[in-house]
Amino acid sequence: MNCKVDIAGVTLKNPVMTASGTFGSGQEYSDFVALNKLGAVVTKGVSNVPWEGNPTPRVAEVYGGMLNAIGLQNPGVDVFIERDLPFLVKADATVIVNVCGHTIADYIDVVERLGDHPEVALLEINVSCPNVKEGGITFGQDPEALTSITKEVKAHAKQPIIMKLSPNVADIREMGLAAEAAGADALSLINTLMGMKIDIHTRRFALANRTGGLSGPAIKPIAVRMVYDVAHAVKIPVIGMGGITTWQDAIEFLLAGAQAVAVGTANFVNPTATEDIITGIWDYMNDHGITDIKDLIGNVQY
Amino acid sequence: MKRKEEARVLSQRPISANIYDMWIETKLAEEAKAGQFIAIYPRDRAILLPRPISICEVADDKRSIRVVYRVSGEGTMEFSHYEPGEPIQIMGMLGNGFNLKVAKGKKVLLIGGGIGIPPLVELSRELAIISSKSLIGNDIEISTVLGYRDSDTYLRSDLEAYSRVYVATADGSVGAPGTVLDAIEAFDLKPDMIYAVGPLPMLHNIKKLALDMDIPAYVSLEEHMACGVGACLGCVVRTKEPNAHTHVNNARICLEGPVFEVREVEI
Repeated sequence: MNCKVDIAGVTLKNPVMTASGTFGSGQEYSDFVALNKLGAVVTKGVSNVPWEGNPTPRVAEVYGGMLNAIGLQNPGVDVFIERDLPFLVKADATVIVNVCGHTIADYIDVVERLGDHPEVALLEINVSCPNVKEGGITFGQDPEALTSITKEVKAHAKQPIIMKLSPNVADIREMGLAAEAAGADALSLINTLMGMKIDIHTRRFALANRTGGLSGPAIKPIAVRMVYDVAHAVKIPVIGMGGITTWQDAIEFLLAGAQAVAVGTANFVNPTATEDIITGIWDYMNDHGITDIKDLIGNVQY
Repeated sequence: MKRKEEARVLSQRPISANIYDMWIETKLAEEAKAGQFIAIYPRDRAILLPRPISICEVADDKRSIRVVYRVSGEGTMEFSHYEPGEPIQIMGMLGNGFNLKVAKGKKVLLIGGGIGIPPLVELSRELAIISSKSLIGNDIEISTVLGYRDSDTYLRSDLEAYSRVYVATADGSVGAPGTVLDAIEAFDLKPDMIYAVGPLPMLHNIKKLALDMDIPAYVSLEEHMACGVGACLGCVVRTKEPNAHTHVNNARICLEGPVFEVREVEI
């Protein structure tokens, strides 16, 4: 039985990876999950210098999901290379680094530094975080801005690049096509949907940032639709995510056209969610006599 | 090592308005220390996140832990309906717990406000054990100050098993009228160090007191949490110096905390 998938020339042992920002640098979940069993570990966003992130409260629970406005707090690429990357290599994980920045120069800085580290398999370019004021999503909501950052990053990157798309746009296909045309090797979607919660008892915003990114099971149908739309519009691989909590959810994304899937908020609901989903996919394939996972990808019937 | 496991409810009873006292049978009890917490996963699939709840007491045989919690939302409401024998999903042990070594040979004051009181039970228990085993001159003199709204002084008798307990009530019905700070003044308490758990305004005042008295104070902080294991960076507190892990002036309450020396944090 084959569970391997290929993303831009990189073979993943299975299609299940972690969603950036929900798994720390991998080390935080290593008590629960064997990192080398995952298709890949996608790190928390890494910037060129340390970022402090937003004030608290940064998280709030909502029906079927949660809002977050962490603001991409991270210790910066130097600490990532010195401390977190060696840990992941030692754990024999396939490493995808999520890259964030305020300016195109910031992104290039990080991408170039990671270029010296072939143990980083892929770069995921975060142009879709809704919680930082400069950079981030400003590159991800306009096709021209997305085109220029994709071209610049691609020109400086040694590893293949995955552009991570925002759902907070009028037509996500247009964004996917723009990134593809500009040289993206793969796409990942969706990042969180911008939301808000107000505490009626205190009459205050639940998040200090007022708005935050909505994630969790509540957003899954939107994500499935967007993955389907983009996967059928572009030729490059699409990594699907958005509310995946169970193996059934993961299969649904594969059928919609995702080559691989990422598990995010579900890690908070079940720290072994990623491994449980891999086992579930394996059992489903066995039960249905599917010998190659590629037979599932995009195989939704009309 | 942190892990998620199925535990079993041994008993549950209300001990005050909206406050419940639950014993849970779990192997995690073997590793539990005062000031640490567990995360309890609600069964209701519409509310996703585990609820962080401090441990109130560890059984002598280390086979069960006690939690005392306030019903403050849908998750804790669900927990309050659990019956003896029911299986529950929990993750632990989480957080750093109290530093007990620093208490040796000291006059220690434990301060609890409201639903911050429960962790002081296990803290008192462990301090009493250390003190009884310590060499001469290393014994610990414990006093406790508890702040309540009114005469419903839950857990007071549990804490009186370990130390002299002073009470403050907002309505003045028991002990000193006012807050724990008023009680410290009224009873003229002069500790060498402080451990405190309670609402942020109380901890803020304890920081001032500790600075005035020039004594160490260890405070347990709360924040909205998602992962509970240091991954999501949801529950941070501003720190005076850059944190060794995050490399910015933030520490993760769930991992580097919840207990901090009060001078390290901006509260």
